[in-house]
Amino acid sequence: MAIQSPSIDMTPGAAVMATPASASRGYWQSVRRRLRRDPVTVVCGVILLLIVLSALFAPWLGLPDPYKTSMIYRLKPIGTPRFLLGSDELGRDMLARLVYGGRLSLAMGVTPVVCALLIGGSLGITAGFLGGRVNMLIMRVMDVFYAFPSVLLAISLSGAMGAGASNTLLALTLVFIPPICRVSESVTTQVRGFDFVDAAKASGAGTLTVVRVHVLGNVLGPILVYATSLISVATILAAGLSFLGLGVKPPEPEWGLMLSTLRQAIYVNPVLAALPGVMIFITSLCFNLMSDGLRAAMDVKA
Amino acid sequence: MILYALRRLVYLVPVAFGVSLLVFALVHLAPGDAISAIVPPDAPQEVVDKLRAYYGFDKPLPVQYFRWLVVTLSGDFGTSIGTGRPVSEEVGGAFLNTIVLAIAACIVAFTLAIILGTAAGYAKSRIVDRLVTSIALTGISVPNYWLAIVLVIIFSVELGWLPPMGLGPESATGWRLDFAHLRYMVLPTIALSMIPLGVMTRTVRSTIKEILSSEFVTALQAKGMNDRQILLHVLKNAAPTCLAVMGLQAGNLIGGSILIETVFSWPGTGFLLNSAIFRRDLPILQGTTLVLSFFFMMLNLTVDMIQTMVDPRIKRG
Repeated sequence: MAIQSPSIDMTPGAAVMATPASASRGYWQSVRRRLRRDPVTVVCGVILLLIVLSALFAPWLGLPDPYKTSMIYRLKPIGTPRFLLGSDELGRDMLARLVYGGRLSLAMGVTPVVCALLIGGSLGITAGFLGGRVNMLIMRVMDVFYAFPSVLLAISLSGAMGAGASNTLLALTLVFIPPICRVSESVTTQVRGFDFVDAAKASGAGTLTVVRVHVLGNVLGPILVYATSLISVATILAAGLSFLGLGVKPPEPEWGLMLSTLRQAIYVNPVLAALPGVMIFITSLCFNLMSDGLRAAMDVKA
Repeated sequence: MILYALRRLVYLVPVAFGVSLLVFALVHLAPGDAISAIVPPDAPQEVVDKLRAYYGFDKPLPVQYFRWLVVTLSGDFGTSIGTGRPVSEEVGGAFLNTIVLAIAACIVAFTLAIILGTAAGYAKSRIVDRLVTSIALTGISVPNYWLAIVLVIIFSVELGWLPPMGLGPESATGWRLDFAHLRYMVLPTIALSMIPLGVMTRTVRSTIKEILSSEFVTALQAKGMNDRQILLHVLKNAAPTCLAVMGLQAGNLIGGSILIETVFSWPGTGFLLNSAIFRRDLPILQGTTLVLSFFFMMLNLTVDMIQTMVDPRIKRG
């Protein structure tokens, strides 16, 4: 769950450097080809796709109502007729809740990283490209957020703002902006020093053109790879906040919350109680492996 | 060296100021009024006003901030709204319990990570490398609060070997170093060590691999130095990078133990923070966050210092 420290020497891949003006179409094609040939990445991608699609199309899968409680069928073991994966402490169908749970759990893991990528990425690229005072200002503000252990910051923020999915999203976004900003800044600073940037400036290109045409293409790869490595952390952390009662509120199906409410059942039906966590584990494992695959395919130094 | 340390301390001042602002802002992010948590809804207005004045919530924000800052700097973190005891007492006691657990987890995680990472970095066989990489991957992918529950299910519920929660036998009030207390530590320590184990193993492995492929190692080999002496050189070169990550991980462990402490009802800062959040005990929330973040900053500074000392290549002064 800890955010791995962004490495400073994250240089754009060799393939990118060979074609300085912007990442050529050939580069992205070769990335795609390398990804397709990596069996681990493909398998993880398929698993994630299955989880995402089943969550999206849950209402059309013929599953029982995930909110329908039943006093008679409480904590039924896996394999009970009518309850394929058993039932929870209120007699709701576990399979349905796990599938529906993917909606909130995935959304709460991916959204903060995407938001943080947009905000932190822009801030970092701005700081890196402009340098000087702007850089000082932005990076010193980030230092303040860096003075908190990431989990503590997320919990304190969402604890202070109160429970609720939107507050969790806000807190997590705030937690992920600084690391993305730092990586973006260091990569941009490096790219800014390359000769082709000077050449572009010398030939009269405006600041925006230089950033758009020459810098962006070279920094997006490493930033993107780093951001994808945060998705697994975000998923675990978001579910963890719900587990503490700070995220999604009952009776919404969400993996972290389900894990927390089923904790009382560990003496009655331990396997059932562990199920929601398995989903979190599989999801974060797949995101991590995909991120590793992407890093290798894009030839970004870790 | 001392000059460098002093300069780093001076750099920390604006950051610390920002941290204090953020921690102060925590209270004002809160919906509603902190007072509403302790007074019943039908309390007479004068009682509410009196309490508000007692906690200083009736002053304008900047005044509140500076009052809070001055009082906090003098070591007074206020009074817990929930228990009425001084915040410093509550946080201090809990902090010790957290540190004990964190140290245990660090020892387990870092020892294993250095052994596994070095083995994988050196490994000629793909099996060893694959195995270590999978362990590391599991470490960073597993939700540690879920692992904690699974450990409780296996070792407490099913096998009955280890206690499922608490920090010691029933009558125990504080942590002590004896067998009875250590038994209570086993499961939380394992659960807590997973993330640093994963992250550190990855770091050690990739650092060792990189160093092994560098030219000076080839030179040492060509010179005829034996493997054990070369290993010493490699480890010495890997130390600074690994130390930096270790410091971050140790800090994150202390700040991030809230989930594990909650699962095991371990009376540390995380557990305190969790109960403070649900009682809307904002002074405790502030105090805990402040203490933990300052500890984190100091830890990072210390690690930075050690890194400068062990790595002569870093000349900062």
